[in-house]
Amino acid sequence: MRNLVAIPIIVLAVQIQVSIVSRVPLLSGTADLPLVILAAWALQDGVDTSWHWALGMALLVGFVSAIPFFVPILGYLFVVLVARGFQMRVWQTPLLAMFLVCLLGTAFFHVFSMGTLSLLGIQMPILDSLGLITLPSILLNLLLAIPIFAMMRDLARWVYPLPEFE
Amino acid sequence: MRNLFSRTLQSTIIFLVVAGILALALGGYFGPASGLFTRTLINLQTWFSSRFVAVQDMLTAPRDVASLRERNAELEAEVAELQAQVIQLQQQVGETEILAALVDFSRANPENTYLAAAVIGVDPSPFLHFVIINRGSNDGIRRGMPVVTNQGLVGRIDAVIADAARVQLITDPDSNVNVRLQNAETNASLVGSVTGDISLQLIPQDIDIEEGDLVLTSGLGGGYPPDLIVGQVVNPRKRDFDLFQQATVQPVVDFNRMPIVLIIVNFTPVDISPLESAP
Repeated sequence: MRNLVAIPIIVLAVQIQVSIVSRVPLLSGTADLPLVILAAWALQDGVDTSWHWALGMALLVGFVSAIPFFVPILGYLFVVLVARGFQMRVWQTPLLAMFLVCLLGTAFFHVFSMGTLSLLGIQMPILDSLGLITLPSILLNLLLAIPIFAMMRDLARWVYPLPEFE
Repeated sequence: MRNLFSRTLQSTIIFLVVAGILALALGGYFGPASGLFTRTLINLQTWFSSRFVAVQDMLTAPRDVASLRERNAELEAEVAELQAQVIQLQQQVGETEILAALVDFSRANPENTYLAAAVIGVDPSPFLHFVIINRGSNDGIRRGMPVVTNQGLVGRIDAVIADAARVQLITDPDSNVNVRLQNAETNASLVGSVTGDISLQLIPQDIDIEEGDLVLTSGLGGGYPPDLIVGQVVNPRKRDFDLFQQATVQPVVDFNRMPIVLIIVNFTPVDISPLESAP
């Protein structure tokens, strides 16, 4: 039952992304709110539904966006994979792990998008794409990482309360 | 008898003294003494009065502060409500101006049938330039229909669901619009880019193009109706070793401030892809 909390959050994240975040560019890059939320959620202790969140967000983003549907699926699953990898190594500084996951996840997502669009015949100048889209997007995602991580930590404590020690 | 005389004399003396004092007072001879007396009285009265007012203020002030605070809160709430109304009215004025411009545009181009739609979202991928509008197949929207504003060409419908549609902007890197240069009377191809810039390609080398030349849709290929304004040439580039000239185009539409768009619903795009893929 507690997994149902994913539905409103995923829908809300994608709606905010489409209606607000995508309209606030830095150069030509924009933040990726679903990616940051997913990274923050996957890094929380006790959370075992991050793969489902990734799939749900990817399907919704793939439905809204004109980008091929498998790009967000693989991109978001990669984010969860990286986050779980860091978490399983008992990372002692969760915020640093959050930054690293956002950095690697955004970079992978963008490189994968560029590669896919290039294969589809769309002109994708690499230097322009990296300098004007990917780097500003990474910066915006890192800026979002701190508040989103705090919010998702509170949500995780609420959904998965820690066991009490006597 | 003697007592009676004595009392009469006493009364007479008292009367005369009082009368004398009154006469002296009326004559102004007691001015300094009466001034000193009245000043003392007034000062005393002032002291008492000021102390009374101070005590009264002390006793009644808290009630006044409370009522003032209450009144202040009421006024602040009223100001906030009025400010919200002002913002709402300003927004309505802005929307009205936009709608009026769109109505003027549709009246000036009676050959087309327009359907207005609000832009409700932007594609989440920063590499692509699409917007989402609040009209779909339930409103008669079909894939390929051109989308404009009163300023010029925006793009065309890329995907449709029941109550929404996705519009591919002419700035999208996968967009390709056949255009003509009004002054040079030549055709070219307008392509978008990942950064949102649009440029002209396939301009013959023997054509003279200048900054400020107007770019219009040509209608070739059947993707868009002819003579829709796209933009102006801002940076023509002609190199002798190239097969074609190129030029950057400044679009007339501000794609970042585009709350409402018009869909040309009576235009049926021609799908020439079977012809292109033919051997």
